[in-house]
Amino acid sequence: MSAGPHASQRTPFQNPVIEWVDQRLPIFTMVNKEYGVFPTPKNFNYFWNFGAIAMFMLVTMIVTGITLAMHYAANTGIAFDSVERIMRDVNYGWLIRYIHMNGASFFFIAVYIHIFRGMYYGSYKAPRELLWIFGVVIFLLMMATAFMGYVLPWGQMSFWGATVITNLFSAIPVVGTSIVEWLWGGFSVDNPTLNRFFALHYLLPFVIVGVVFLHIWALHVTGSNNPSGIEPKTEKDTLPFHPYYTMKDSFGLVVFVAIYAAFVFFMPNALGHPDNYTPANPMVTPAHIVPEWYFLPFYAILRAINFDIGIPFTDIVFFEAKLGGVLAMFGSIAMVLIMPWLDKHPVRSARYRPKFRVALLVFVVSVLALGKIGGMPADAPLAHIGSFLLTTTHIAQILTLYYFAFFLVILPYLSKRERPLPMPESINDAVLQGQKSDQKSEKCCEA
Amino acid sequence: MTAGAMGAVAAGSVVWPFINQMNPAADTKALSTTEVDVASVAEGQAITVMWRGKPVFIRHRTPKEIAESKEVDVSLLRDKQTDEQRFKTKPEWLVVIGVCTHLGCVPLGQKTGEMRGDYNGWFCPCHGSAYDTSGRIRKGPAPKNLEVPMYSFISDTVIRIG
Repeated sequence: MSAGPHASQRTPFQNPVIEWVDQRLPIFTMVNKEYGVFPTPKNFNYFWNFGAIAMFMLVTMIVTGITLAMHYAANTGIAFDSVERIMRDVNYGWLIRYIHMNGASFFFIAVYIHIFRGMYYGSYKAPRELLWIFGVVIFLLMMATAFMGYVLPWGQMSFWGATVITNLFSAIPVVGTSIVEWLWGGFSVDNPTLNRFFALHYLLPFVIVGVVFLHIWALHVTGSNNPSGIEPKTEKDTLPFHPYYTMKDSFGLVVFVAIYAAFVFFMPNALGHPDNYTPANPMVTPAHIVPEWYFLPFYAILRAINFDIGIPFTDIVFFEAKLGGVLAMFGSIAMVLIMPWLDKHPVRSARYRPKFRVALLVFVVSVLALGKIGGMPADAPLAHIGSFLLTTTHIAQILTLYYFAFFLVILPYLSKRERPLPMPESINDAVLQGQKSDQKSEKCCEA
Repeated sequence: MTAGAMGAVAAGSVVWPFINQMNPAADTKALSTTEVDVASVAEGQAITVMWRGKPVFIRHRTPKEIAESKEVDVSLLRDKQTDEQRFKTKPEWLVVIGVCTHLGCVPLGQKTGEMRGDYNGWFCPCHGSAYDTSGRIRKGPAPKNLEVPMYSFISDTVIRIG
């Protein structure tokens, strides 16, 4: 079996069965190349666990999702009851549903940390732009999947969340209403909507798997970034993926799953909303509609635009408030998508970019604060400043302004103006430097 | 060129059924009329009926409410409509779709004791839009007046919606 175009690249395996398969389909050679000996920067910190953790969550969600689908009925008449039946009567149904429900939250936690890691260490920069774009596509698919999944239990929040979010598309001029009726398959959120959401909620995770494959493929072409942001130059800079990072990823995963399990077993509804245990009622809107926590920053941006955008003091309006809010919300994710072209600074890691680091950390705080505001009622009064009444909407507007300024003003400005700190020659030097400075700081404190 | 154009037409005609299947089906459209007898609704009262899966507000307006609606300076409104454009033939019966034009919540104000907002019409609890006694948007983020559905009086007291 020496013929064939790939034959020369293979080293034979000792085990005859593995060797037999590998000769015909070199899958063991591939796994060994990509996950065994794969040269990986030796200076990864624990932020580099979250890709593997996100992958674990995706598999968890698919396994629990498929098993839940064996008991769930996507019909407005029985959907709510079928979920309650899963909770009460199906063997271990409560466990599988709680794993799935909290899994969505923990998948987003892992992915948000993963995105932050990419931003902080400049993983989006050349040559990893396409890798970054695949990541943002995965994030968008996750949001669509999570939104449709939340509709399936057919509680009050399911119904009204679906109503509010699908109504966003009615902001599109001229064709908005037709698009919304097309999405609904009727004149309101109803049985046809639930049915198609279930079909798509089942489909999209497998699309995510496909894009994850592209994401990892692109990763293995460029290789991983690392905390120093310096490309590996020699063998001294890298370690084989196995056993070093298989072990480190496993350890991080165990810690993450322990926290996840604490939620599943001890506070399974802490991240949900009690209104979703009330069956959907199209005639009554709950007093306070909130999306799941992982959408709150974007929801706050949506509500922050409560003014028409046009020429002041005239009736000329370019965007009505509603369309403006929708554009701002989708725009906030588009900013992340085009980040590689907004930040052209040659240095990747925030470790050597003190100004970028401060701007990014303020950005993180503002996103968290937007999340907090998104969970509060709109226009809720906060404080009186003289005769001016400060409300949650004002705070959301300031935070939204910073969100966009970070991408559109600060990043391009710092790209040209920021002077980086002195850089080490290589990853190896960065690691040794770190050790030296640790020793120094120890000495200083002993003396 | 010709082959490409023919190919595009063929592809389009194959794709279209798969897109159009998502639009409202024949049975969904068939449910699109509702008849309501409003004889028992006294002046000042309101009822909510279901039409196409949405609530429809039918309010029996008092002469005071009608007068208030007529007095409003239309040029100051966000969605400029006179009261006459808001009802059909009988000013005392206001029929509007009970769905906020912002993001689709159901406004309060149908039952006695519910908040009716600053303009005594309806108030949407989701994002704070206030509508007047003609169902016109007066305050808050909603861009349009409450939608007036297609309807007609098939007798003095029976309304057919749709």
